[in-house]
Amino acid sequence: MLFHAILFYVFAAVLVGAALGVIFARNPVHAVMFLVLAFFQSAMLWLLIEAEFLAIVLVLVYVGAVMVLFLFVVMMLDINIERGGQGYTRYWQLGLAIAGLMVFELIQIIMARGSAAGAGNDFSVLAEGYSNTKALGAVLYTEHVYAFEIAAVILLLAIISAITLTMRKRPGLKQQDISAQVAVKASDRIRIVKMASEGKETES
Amino acid sequence: MKALIPDFVLNAWLSVWGMLPPLMQYLVETTFWIMVVMITVILSVAFTTYFERKVIGAMQGRIGPNRVGPLGLGQPFADVIKLLVKEVIVPTKSNRFLFIIAPLLTLIPALATWAVIPLTDTFVIANIDAGLLYVLSLTSVGVYGVILAGWASNSKYALLGAMRSAAQIVAYEIAMGFALVGVLMAAGSLNLGVITEAQSGGFLNWFLLPLLPLFFVYLISGVAETNRAPFDVAEGESEIVAGFHVEYSGVAFALFFLGEYANIILISALTSIFFLGGYNSFFEGWTFLGEGHFLREPALLWLIIKICFFIFVFFWLRATFPRYRYDQIMRLGWKVFIPVTIVWIVVEGVMSWMKVGPWA
Repeated sequence: MLFHAILFYVFAAVLVGAALGVIFARNPVHAVMFLVLAFFQSAMLWLLIEAEFLAIVLVLVYVGAVMVLFLFVVMMLDINIERGGQGYTRYWQLGLAIAGLMVFELIQIIMARGSAAGAGNDFSVLAEGYSNTKALGAVLYTEHVYAFEIAAVILLLAIISAITLTMRKRPGLKQQDISAQVAVKASDRIRIVKMASEGKETES
Repeated sequence: MKALIPDFVLNAWLSVWGMLPPLMQYLVETTFWIMVVMITVILSVAFTTYFERKVIGAMQGRIGPNRVGPLGLGQPFADVIKLLVKEVIVPTKSNRFLFIIAPLLTLIPALATWAVIPLTDTFVIANIDAGLLYVLSLTSVGVYGVILAGWASNSKYALLGAMRSAAQIVAYEIAMGFALVGVLMAAGSLNLGVITEAQSGGFLNWFLLPLLPLFFVYLISGVAETNRAPFDVAEGESEIVAGFHVEYSGVAFALFFLGEYANIILISALTSIFFLGGYNSFFEGWTFLGEGHFLREPALLWLIIKICFFIFVFFWLRATFPRYRYDQIMRLGWKVFIPVTIVWIVVEGVMSWMKVGPWA
């Protein structure tokens, strides 16, 4: 298990470094990329304790979708890079209070876990054939099915409300109706009129 | 094999091998297979570019490359050497580190995904249970290369290309994910090997027919995801020159090129595995051939034939369709594909509840 321990410390060191990078990077795009690295490293830590479902979903959702949109927004900002860094000292009391609270909470958790028969502080290999994904699914769709469904509905509600907020009907807005365009027939656009030739009559 | 290597060399090798600790043996073996698969994929990429130029040439009534080597087969290598000896120009005021790392970020996920792809019924580098999720998460990481290339170039055209690409990939990823939800419902597993196994037993057991709408959604989203024509607005030669890689030259450009074609091969392989039974034979259902006939056995060859067909489809689409307009791409992704996949997932749920279909 020495190999596991080495990997753990490497990943953890990179994770802490990346997290510091998020705060200290001057360039916001660099900060976002550091955050991506941090997510990746925490996914690696989860893989080490064989929580492969959570690890991969973390990469899929946060790295693959959320951070892409983040980057998208940050790229569009025209930020004066030299000006950054002034805000550090302004809110230090608030920052310190929040950091203190988080450290306190973490200590509580670590002490609770430490007393519970040494759970979570070794790299023990799970039994062969144990599927983390299957276990999670089984719990999620049986025991916690209502909470799961309610969470889904709340998320759907958030999506719909966000879309509704941006929906404004401007008068005089020209819109394309694709199905109407596809369904159009020649007879809707032109009218072919059959008429007798007039050539001779005009001549005489 | 025995004749090629003298006995004492073989014995010496075996005794050294036996002395290594199991972890070391595992590492050496895995690294060896990774190298084999990677080199094969990179060589395939080279010949895929040749294949593309020949196919499109034929469709447009031209000959295509025919100067370098017999039938022009040396053309990809000539291109590679040309790109390698060219100068890499880093634009002034660009972000140097991100500029250099961006092409790697498109290439690495495309190669890393091959780890979970079952090539034959016995061979896969990493047989992991969450294989399908791994595939999804890696293909979604690939977008960073395009976005960073566009931003780090410090060029308006490149930035526009990156913006288009990011919005497009995020939109089509959802449809792609939903199409794969259908596949995993049918197979009952996230493991790519199990998904392929679930489709054994002949053409009718493939997921192609029961999941036909999802198959089309996945394939078209795959084309959009790789930024290929008709969804190549990220490059859009006629509007934004070359989009996100307009500032790249030499080796850096070659890496983007490699990444794009590696992604095409990857999407073709994934489509074959998810919907066409992967390494399973076309003729498995032909019972009159008798038990154990070689045409009915699963083999790597079947997978390669399927992959080649889908690569051909990519080029066929490129030669046939004009480029989509940007708003129509968005409409197709959000308003057509996502509803289609959701409806079909419900249909599939009802089908499996009523015990109809191949998963019954």
